[in-house]
Amino acid sequence: MTQAFRIENGGLINREKKLSFKFNGKTYFGYEGDTLASALLANGVHLVGRSFKYHRPRGFFGAGVDEPYAVVQLYRNGETEPNIKATEQELFEGLEAKSVNCWPSVNFDIGAINNFLRIFLPAGFYYKTFMWPKSFWYRIYEPFIRKAAGLGVASTKHDNERYEHKYEYCDLLIAGSGPSGLAGAYAAAKNGAKVILAEDKPRFGGSLLTSDVNIGNQSGKDWADGIVAELKTMPNVVVKNRSQIFGYYDHNMLVMSEKVSDHLPSTKKYHPNKRLWYIRAKEVLISSGSIERPIVFGNNDTPGVMLSSAAKEYLKVYGVLVGRKPLVFTNNDSGYETAIEFKKHGVDPVVLDSRENPVSEIIDEAKNLGINIKNSYVVVAAQGYKKVKSADIASISENKKQLGKIENVQCDCICVSGFWTPTIHLASQSGNKTKFKEEIDAFVPGQSKQNEITLGAANGVFSLEETLKTSFTAGSELSKKITENDNKIAIPNVVEKKSSQHDKFWCVPLPKGKNYKRFLDFQNDVAVSDIEIALREGYRSIEHVKRYTTLGMATDQGKTSNLNGLQLVSEIENKVVPAVGHTTFRPPYTPVSIGAIVGREVGKHSKPTRKSPMHSWHEKNNAVFVDAGVWLRPRYYRRGNENLFEGSKREAKNVRTNVGVCDVTTLGKIDIKGPDAAELLNRVYTNAWLKLPVGKARYGVMLREDGIVMDDGTTTRISENHYHMTTTTAQAANVLSHLEYYLQLVWPELNVNVVSTTEQWAGAAIAGPKSRDLLQKLFPNSDVSNEGLPFMGYMEGDLFGVKARIYRISFSGELAYEVNVESDYGNFMWEKIIEVGEEFNIQPYGTEALSTLRIEMGHVAGSELDGRTIPFDNALEGLVSKKKDFIGKRSLQRSAFIAEDRQRIVGVVPLDKQTSIPEGSHLVKDDKAPLPNPKLGHISASCWSVEYDNPFSLAILKDGKNMIGQKLFAMSPLKNKVIPVEIVSSHYVDPKGERVRS
Amino acid sequence: MLYINCPHCGMRSQNEFSYGGDASVKRPELNKEVSDQEWDDFVYNRKSLRGKHLELWQHVSGCRQWIKVERDTATHEIFRTFKADEEVA
Repeated sequence: MTQAFRIENGGLINREKKLSFKFNGKTYFGYEGDTLASALLANGVHLVGRSFKYHRPRGFFGAGVDEPYAVVQLYRNGETEPNIKATEQELFEGLEAKSVNCWPSVNFDIGAINNFLRIFLPAGFYYKTFMWPKSFWYRIYEPFIRKAAGLGVASTKHDNERYEHKYEYCDLLIAGSGPSGLAGAYAAAKNGAKVILAEDKPRFGGSLLTSDVNIGNQSGKDWADGIVAELKTMPNVVVKNRSQIFGYYDHNMLVMSEKVSDHLPSTKKYHPNKRLWYIRAKEVLISSGSIERPIVFGNNDTPGVMLSSAAKEYLKVYGVLVGRKPLVFTNNDSGYETAIEFKKHGVDPVVLDSRENPVSEIIDEAKNLGINIKNSYVVVAAQGYKKVKSADIASISENKKQLGKIENVQCDCICVSGFWTPTIHLASQSGNKTKFKEEIDAFVPGQSKQNEITLGAANGVFSLEETLKTSFTAGSELSKKITENDNKIAIPNVVEKKSSQHDKFWCVPLPKGKNYKRFLDFQNDVAVSDIEIALREGYRSIEHVKRYTTLGMATDQGKTSNLNGLQLVSEIENKVVPAVGHTTFRPPYTPVSIGAIVGREVGKHSKPTRKSPMHSWHEKNNAVFVDAGVWLRPRYYRRGNENLFEGSKREAKNVRTNVGVCDVTTLGKIDIKGPDAAELLNRVYTNAWLKLPVGKARYGVMLREDGIVMDDGTTTRISENHYHMTTTTAQAANVLSHLEYYLQLVWPELNVNVVSTTEQWAGAAIAGPKSRDLLQKLFPNSDVSNEGLPFMGYMEGDLFGVKARIYRISFSGELAYEVNVESDYGNFMWEKIIEVGEEFNIQPYGTEALSTLRIEMGHVAGSELDGRTIPFDNALEGLVSKKKDFIGKRSLQRSAFIAEDRQRIVGVVPLDKQTSIPEGSHLVKDDKAPLPNPKLGHISASCWSVEYDNPFSLAILKDGKNMIGQKLFAMSPLKNKVIPVEIVSSHYVDPKGERVRS
Repeated sequence: MLYINCPHCGMRSQNEFSYGGDASVKRPELNKEVSDQEWDDFVYNRKSLRGKHLELWQHVSGCRQWIKVERDTATHEIFRTFKADEEVA
């Protein structure tokens, strides 16, 4: 394929490197340095999509981030991404893209029938139409709207790309590398400030790439190249291209998305696709430039109508002619610059200027080049369906109300310039109160709220000389405050052509008898007539008008449409634009990949994974793991073809008959030291702690101030002023914060220190009737007899040379011990226990057997301590001291907490002794009662009792105390089960607790 | 993301901290007779202020100290920060 619209020389593309790419299945060629848009235009392709609502043909309107039309579905390296602007996507070898919002093809689109039905699809159409009947919503309306909505399709496959997050701090962050950004960065860098310069495009220089100016006796582009080259050599400067600062958040935190790999056929090994930068800047210089504004006229969305600055950029940067018979329609001097570029490349443009008799250097140059200029002339309507073929033009009266005789002129593109709109998004996001600047008919930043300053075109300053002067000064001053250096920089000479005043004209009136669509918002198909309807129907606030008509919504966020929309509203409402105000600018400035926002935190990396020191042993011994908070714990150790049920039953039974060992490293451990340690425990726990002797452990329950049980565990007095507290795995971090809160804020007079030692100790619970025999063999020099180490006793021991702590505590209800050693010896301890335990038929057991054992015994755990229960509910009221005060005690007097029929833990056995009761089942009196069937309680935990060989569950049941012996039904609508049950004591096994003391 | 001046560590980003609610709440003394109303005010009742608010934060991923932060709930402006035992004038 020839690139018929590529000029022979010029542009910043690399003509040495030809690239092939596919668009809608057809192969084309472009050059390295092209965007997908410039490469398509070089091939004469203008039709790239269909519009959102009416499916009208759409081409290219801009050349960058402001592009409202050319949104494509991109295919790269086996992945697909929607919502890609062809004007931003750099070309690479093998790129594939497709049009969106059209079926079956962009050339023949069935949906285009909407264009002919458009009289039926005015503003608010969806709100008015899809209301009744209500039952239609889910089945008919919503699927219809979903199908019609959106531009492109998200991939449903796993995203194999990698995304990174980076945190950075700097003195001065500069958004945009145009003249203002470069000057500010250079001055600040010379003062030794830490500078980050961010440019969203691949090339630095901003407007200097396309403007015809001279700085310090060089072309603007050469000057920019020189500055960037020098900045890149400075160690205090980070220079980033392809990096869009899209959000300005609190306390000068800005977020930037760096496209690391999107310009390459595939992401390099070890490289991320995108990198999201969180930048905390002391000062921010916003030099985001400005975006050209369209003038509104009939059929102004026809492919071939585009911004004049875009046409100039395609020509100067990419060497591409957007047409061979261009019509330039302008209300200011910018259009002439585009016309001059066309003329220089041998193309004869016609310029229509709405102004009567403008005079300036630029216009003189255009005249001298012999360009055909028509003053007081406007484009009334573009003609042509899939591409501009001609334009209806007419003279216009001085008051801009009356059109002269309409003439039709041949043209193949219409380059339009309605003056410039400063890009104030970042400034506005920072909380800056923007103000309206009459001279340029646009909003500019006003009073700063954070440490930001906006300069250059983004501040409504279009003179290069002034921009450079203010930006060099700002860069110097801002950095001087931080680094206290003051290196003077000579501001270079500037040669630029002076412009004349623009015409405050933005919308061409409709000729008599014509009803052309005049679009304001090109991405959402919002026309002048839609705004008129919204206002007629009583919408006044600009925010309401926006939501009713969708003006300024979607992926381009109204970059080209907002101001013209405001002009229209203010004109109809007979107000001035500042009185109408603008809608809120919200991040992101441009769409950001969800992948970049998520970063590396996907799948198993979405939270940390914690493993005990014995993890590798568990792995080697066929442990099946389960997530316990962030920990990985063995659920059971599979033997042969066992399933979870069989394996856990075997393990639990072995604990009841022989001895088992369980990894309890995950339990929270807190070291408590200080003369007031006992007093702290006494205030934190519900039971008494002041008289616990050294070498003894005690079980304790702690409450929140609202009386709800927060956590339970044992705490051991290691020495006079030294305690070792254990918490449940899940609450470890909360309990530590809880203790710190009371020590630091409520009772700072207590002389106590607390520190987490969860990771410092590895723990093994040894449980079962043979556990003492095993322990004696592990610690032959210690007296672990019932007298030497009684229930709730503690001692230190020597485990084959390793110092160990031995606690006689039990969660299983059997005679049991817990041995702790320093984490590094965890695996050694475990292997010794297994090795020595062999003669006692020891088996490791996992969390499932652990649960079985504690449920049978009626010991509460997380499923009962669920943030809704008080001590009484868990049959723990015996641990609530009547004598002393403690955290949450006062709340226990609440009437609901002392009600006669207060809920309480009970045991539940199915009548058939066969059917397991699903956890979460509701207990009801009558399984046939009409809904809502009054719920009496719920099943909190279920197991298969290895003691009795039948199912057993725990439940929290209303008036549980008086319900023992009652027959109820356990209902699980989820599992579709109704099970007749009997209520029994929660202490199903060994109700007197003799085994633990044996 | 807020930028909080920890009185112990200096300027740190919000993600190192966890929020702890109204700092002006005072726990009734232990062993003191407390009316229902007084206890409810301590446990449950909080003002939802718009404007200057003295609140608790814990520097959980830093020094683990609880600190007091004077913050505007509408603008997020942070005026002053205090150590746990510092009196707020």
